[in-house]
Amino acid sequence: MSTATLEKPAATAPAADTILALNNIEVIYDHVVLVLKGVSLTVPRKGIVAILGANGAGKTTTLKAISNLLKAERGEVTKGSIVFDGERVDRMSPSELVRRGCIQVMEGRHCFGHLSIEENLLTGAFTRRDGNAAIKRDLEKIYETFPRLKQRRSSQAGYTSGGEQQMCAIGRAMMSKPKMILLDEPSMGLAPQIVEEIFEIVRRLNAEDGVSFLVAEQNTNMALRYATYGYIMETGRVVMDGEAAMLRENEDVKEFYLGVAEGNKKSFREVKSYKRRKRWLS
Amino acid sequence: MSDIATRPAPSLLASPMVRFGLILVAILLAIAIGVRLDPTNTLYAIFVDPFQQMVQAPDLLAQTVWEGLVSGVLYALIALGFVLIFKASGVFNFAQGIMVVFAALTLVGLYEKGVPAFLAVIITLGVMFALAVTIERVVLRPLVNQPDIILFMATFGITYFLIGFGEALFGGNPKQMIADQLWLPRGAIDLKILGGLVTLQKIDIAAAVIASLMILLLALFFQYTRIGRALRAVADSHKAALSVGISLNQIWVIVWFTAGIVALITGIMWGARSDVSFALEIVALKALPVLILGGFTSIPGAIVGGLIIGIGEKIGEFYWGPLVGGGIESWLAYFIALAFLLFRPQGLFGDKIIERI
Repeated sequence: MSTATLEKPAATAPAADTILALNNIEVIYDHVVLVLKGVSLTVPRKGIVAILGANGAGKTTTLKAISNLLKAERGEVTKGSIVFDGERVDRMSPSELVRRGCIQVMEGRHCFGHLSIEENLLTGAFTRRDGNAAIKRDLEKIYETFPRLKQRRSSQAGYTSGGEQQMCAIGRAMMSKPKMILLDEPSMGLAPQIVEEIFEIVRRLNAEDGVSFLVAEQNTNMALRYATYGYIMETGRVVMDGEAAMLRENEDVKEFYLGVAEGNKKSFREVKSYKRRKRWLS
Repeated sequence: MSDIATRPAPSLLASPMVRFGLILVAILLAIAIGVRLDPTNTLYAIFVDPFQQMVQAPDLLAQTVWEGLVSGVLYALIALGFVLIFKASGVFNFAQGIMVVFAALTLVGLYEKGVPAFLAVIITLGVMFALAVTIERVVLRPLVNQPDIILFMATFGITYFLIGFGEALFGGNPKQMIADQLWLPRGAIDLKILGGLVTLQKIDIAAAVIASLMILLLALFFQYTRIGRALRAVADSHKAALSVGISLNQIWVIVWFTAGIVALITGIMWGARSDVSFALEIVALKALPVLILGGFTSIPGAIVGGLIIGIGEKIGEFYWGPLVGGGIESWLAYFIALAFLLFRPQGLFGDKIIERI
């Protein structure tokens, strides 16, 4: 079954400009539930890559497999390899990964509700050893990127708005000086303008600080506008991948994820099997 | 603030002011009735006589309050040990009481084996650190992600292990705390105030001062240091803390070690006032009502709760105890806590649950 995803040679031999390469990983929860059935993907250095798909497709699990937050939920990578920045990281603890520059911003933000915004940002610098002066400097930089956080620096994070919490979570991740951020569902529960604002910030951090992003999103439209490359997942597998521009034009993607079908509509089931067949056989 | 608008209008009784007002009125009414009845009446004995005594002999009141204050500070210190661990690992650490005994026993036992007093303190700190590392490795790490009740049961296991281990190493007989060797003062100061004599034991003063300092130090540590901030972050959300690279294992060791230091200081102070024996563990359970009162997650709560319980039970014992033949000190604390639970289930200072919907 998983042979279908092995077709990308880049995954088996990561090129020098690849920051993250997943090769055919399989994830099992609680020793029984098979959630990822062989996922391979690569993220180029300083790229923005999107993982798209519906609920339960395995987007979050993929990100957690990379950051190794799976272990806290009794999940386990049982097959395949994850290479970050030229190093196998499958068995590394989240804190070691953060120290190496790979940090996850979890779905639903998860700010520390009882800590102030500023304290939240400072916890992001926990793994750093380069002294208070450098941390102070970076804090000011974050405040430049997120002026709204500066205004609310002393409020308890639990009392700030959803958009502010998302900014706080991204800012907190930036405080660890990451090479790469795994961003899980940044649009969740936010107004369209705020989502736009968040994605603009992602683009800015990517361009100015050279941070690579792997973004899991249900908002396909938004994600494909900002990402350069996309992977579409369904029930634990990558079913399609390609340049963002190509995906935006693809008929199936349009029909299922962008909601703009043209011509005579096919039934859901029909198109799905057609799409599957196309991928498995090609 | 949109959430205020959507909240249902509170009923009159829900306001704490109104409720406490009603209680006050009830008490005053009872007193009024009590006064009109003859002095041999029960109501008179409960509601009027004790207060008359307090006013007539303020020196006795001051003495009682002082004694309550000292034990209150020590209760607060024990409760602090519980709160630290509860906040950081969500575990209600039943073993906190025995850690107090174990730390004190180790200190005295080392001294008896010929180690100089202050060196013994340092070695005991080392032992508490080793204990923290061992507990993290052997108990917490394998049980991570298990339900809270399993971790709670595990702390029972730790308790019985420490009782057996302590007894095997140092014997089960009560020991004298090495108060003099640690330069703790002895004797008493007599104050002539309020028309009478108030006696302050010097060891009590030292206990109050040291415990207060310890509490202040911990509060500062929590508020202003990198590790302290990380501890609060872990208390807030384990998952989010993991995701920003805070190592839970490291935090647990730090927290259990801190609780160990608190246990040692409590052990020294309490041991110096009575003696060092396994009975001290029972005293540590007094922290439970303190926690109910103050809230399991609040450091100021532990302090204020400790003081309320300490002072409350001494005053209760002294003025109301004789009415039922004395000995109410042992259960009054739980009674006070129960009364508080009726009005504030989260405790006086317990964290309000902040949640966005």
